[in-house]
Amino acid sequence: MTAVPALSVELETQSTRTFRHVLSVIVRDPLSLASTIVIILFILIAIFAYQVAPYPAEGAGKTNVANTMLAPSAGHILGADRLGRDMFSCVIMGARPALIVPIGVVVFAILIGAPLGAIAGYKGGWVDEVIMRITDLFLAFPSLLLAMAITSALGRGLQNAAIALIISWWPWYTRLVRGVTISLRERYFVEAARATGVRDSVIILRHILPNTISPILVQATVDLGTVILAMGGLAFLGLGTQPPAPDWGLMVSEGRDYILKQWWISTFPGIAIFIVVLAFNLLGDTLRDIFDPRQYR
Amino acid sequence: MMRKLEFILRRLLSFIFVLIGVSVITFFLSRVVPTNAAALYIGPRARPEDIERVSKQLGLDRPLPVQYAIYMRDLLHGDLGTSIGTKRPVLTEIVDRAPASLELLFTGMFLAALIGVPLGVLSARWQGKPLDVAVRTISIVGVSMPAFYLGLLLQILFFRNLDWLPLAGRVSTDLRFTNPIESITNFLILDALLTRNWVALKNAAIHLVLPALTLAAYPIGLIARMTRATMLEVLEQDYIRTARAYGIKDFIITYLYALKNAISPTLTVIGLTIAFALTGTFFVELIFTWPGLGLFTVRSLLNVDYPAIMGMTLFGATAYVIINLIVDVLQAWIDPRISLK
Repeated sequence: MTAVPALSVELETQSTRTFRHVLSVIVRDPLSLASTIVIILFILIAIFAYQVAPYPAEGAGKTNVANTMLAPSAGHILGADRLGRDMFSCVIMGARPALIVPIGVVVFAILIGAPLGAIAGYKGGWVDEVIMRITDLFLAFPSLLLAMAITSALGRGLQNAAIALIISWWPWYTRLVRGVTISLRERYFVEAARATGVRDSVIILRHILPNTISPILVQATVDLGTVILAMGGLAFLGLGTQPPAPDWGLMVSEGRDYILKQWWISTFPGIAIFIVVLAFNLLGDTLRDIFDPRQYR
Repeated sequence: MMRKLEFILRRLLSFIFVLIGVSVITFFLSRVVPTNAAALYIGPRARPEDIERVSKQLGLDRPLPVQYAIYMRDLLHGDLGTSIGTKRPVLTEIVDRAPASLELLFTGMFLAALIGVPLGVLSARWQGKPLDVAVRTISIVGVSMPAFYLGLLLQILFFRNLDWLPLAGRVSTDLRFTNPIESITNFLILDALLTRNWVALKNAAIHLVLPALTLAAYPIGLIARMTRATMLEVLEQDYIRTARAYGIKDFIITYLYALKNAISPTLTVIGLTIAFALTGTFFVELIFTWPGLGLFTVRSLLNVDYPAIMGMTLFGATAYVIINLIVDVLQAWIDPRISLK
């Protein structure tokens, strides 16, 4: 058993080294740095929405008929919507379902998908076969179509939309982690652990999964853009967040009838989605360059 | 040749397996997951006796394998259910509406390949130069822009501000009286061409521009960046260097020697983006009131038209699986290395 702790210590220093390397690349590349700052800023705004929004009650759905369709002005910099709600507050509050929930979706998709992928890749044989064939079935659907079908089976609403997206996205992580696991399985530190009689479950938890974190993080960053778009799409179609609660996709949809005159209702939440997705895509590109320089240049 | 056939045969086998799996998942979603499937199949005005009748018809009181057998029997008879909203069989809706969606999808994908591939090639050829930066900006904006938002922006710009293009629809409403299009294929552009109805042709074409462009945005971004990546890889290979050393013109090297070997991965991306475009049509058809399958699906979703939703889910997934199969087989045909793997 003595060899195992020594090896994991070595791995740990390696992973902190990678982390520092990633940080240094991001800090040196202005686009990646800007993307990271934008993402952190939006997340902070979403978390402290009640403190940041000038009219938090209106952002949460309270109507204010006196301000109906108010154009952008000093008091309401993004104008007001059909129900007189301050658009700036709505956009801030809308960040919660539109940004924080997709992050949660990806986290849950990883928590389900990654262990399954590690088991499939490590065990091989019929276990691998069964897990991967089931994965293939879910991947046979266009993700958004599957999410739409599941949402309508469970009933519309933010929570069910999130569940639907988790069900549509976990297979991607199973496939990814399985691939990484197969390449790790033959490495010395895993073979050493196996030779010293460490249980399979411990090997998967302690030695395999920690080493799949970098590829998972890259994939998650890239996926977040797509999941935010999908969530926005579900909300736009009225399957996600239900009014009067604010959600970027829903707000774009609500402003659709007024785009020719009251353009601000759709415009600002749409820009919010675009900026966040763009930031995740740019950061994802940089991370991919670091971890997989051959495939994407 | 044998290997190629074997590869294609193997793909066909897994295709059948996947189709069965897809039907199992849609079966679960349509009969098992909802708490009262029969009520969903009748719609909001369901009476208790109707629910009982439909429960029997769907076999909801029987064991799951029997229910699945009934579901499959109906499917194999072409029965995808009857839409609550339109009171017509879902299959009839699909047949009627498919031409509108396909017209949009083909135009969009054609635009995407026509714009995306050259952009990717140019970007690789001028790597690091302003042109490359411009193309990379276009492609990242393309993949980051929600289709439902881009459609609105294009409407604001080209309809409200410039008044160049129509807001929505497949043709102007008055065209039916002035220059009606005789339906032959139900592809309006094609029908107008065949009947030499030039007024209608122009009308249908200008209605197609904005929806097709909205649909193409994401694929353009994806195709451009993948073409760029594969071109860069190919341009570094020995045979290209040899060609350069021989003094062969740069133009010929880029467009003839390199592009030929970059085509196969590009084809995969194009196949992949058709899948994206498939779900993209939902938003595009909704925004531009395009009377196709996407609009039908979205309206079914909004009205909780359950038979229609599940019929369209199964149809969409099947179409997706078939597209992937075609891309795989085409690729194996073009690039022998793939079937050798």
